Amino acid sequence: MNIELKKKSVLNWWKILAILLLFYTVIGGLLMEVPRRDILNESIRNLYFHVPMWFGMIIMLTISAVASIGYLSNSKSRFDIIASEMVNMGAIFGILGLITGMLWAEYTWGKFWSGDPKQKASVAGLLIYFGYMVLRASFSDDQLRARVSAVFSILAYPTFIVLIFVLPRLVDSLHPGNGGNPGFNAYDLDARMRMVFYPAVIAFSLLGVWIATLRIRIRTIDNLVIDKNYEKENSVILDHKVK
Amino acid sequence: MKRILTIFLFLLTLPVFSQGKTPVETQTEMADLLRSNGKIYVVVGTVLIVLIGLLIYLISIDRKINKLESEVKNK
Repeated sequence: MNIELKKKSVLNWWKILAILLLFYTVIGGLLMEVPRRDILNESIRNLYFHVPMWFGMIIMLTISAVASIGYLSNSKSRFDIIASEMVNMGAIFGILGLITGMLWAEYTWGKFWSGDPKQKASVAGLLIYFGYMVLRASFSDDQLRARVSAVFSILAYPTFIVLIFVLPRLVDSLHPGNGGNPGFNAYDLDARMRMVFYPAVIAFSLLGVWIATLRIRIRTIDNLVIDKNYEKENSVILDHKVK
Repeated sequence: MKRILTIFLFLLTLPVFSQGKTPVETQTEMADLLRSNGKIYVVVGTVLIVLIGLLIYLISIDRKINKLESEVKNK
């Protein structure tokens, strides 16, 4: 028991990796050389902080969808907790991505909201997952809630992917690298930016998973305590009956 | 000593190698002034302090949950 405790009190390797990569993202993202582009100017650095939000969201939602399939195949409440908490974290990333994108859009496109296909689609995707949260809140029976929301989540995931990846590509978008935006296209391929961008995606995704696992663990403890209290109450009742 | 001096002088010339900028690149306005004044580092410092603070808080929550988990399992 003691050995186990000692092992657990040290941070996992992936948490340390997350911390290191976050520092690298902040320092490298603000100080390293970036391509010089008109209109974008220094706001090109938003790639390191805004885009990882969306990548993080997609990763959280993917984990959630897999956990939902897991729940349907073996009905373990653990999978249900993972699925719902990953959606919560993904939604936070999505909201942050939307706000940071709007702030950036005000200074590069001239408007906070210009009805860009990607803006609309990401809001629609977020709404689907808000629907998931409302759906979860509307059940009082734990098992029914878990089963119905798992089915909803599995259906919501492909819809979300289509909204995020497919639809915006079918139409012209103001987003860099989409449609007719030759001035922005070049930085997608810039090696200097990739050196910070990919670590940034990993850093923020790991941070999201970290926070989500904390909530998952709290809810697991919560369930355990409730179960134990239930057992205790029942045993008290049984004792009374015996007496 | 001479070698160190040579290396140092060579290092001083390094920025020259990175001067290969296209005319468009030099015209485009960037935050050069801020960086030359060294004040961008103030921002980096601020962001780092915020990040460190949040991470310490996150780690302390993690530890607390560790404790709770072991308590619940031992009961």
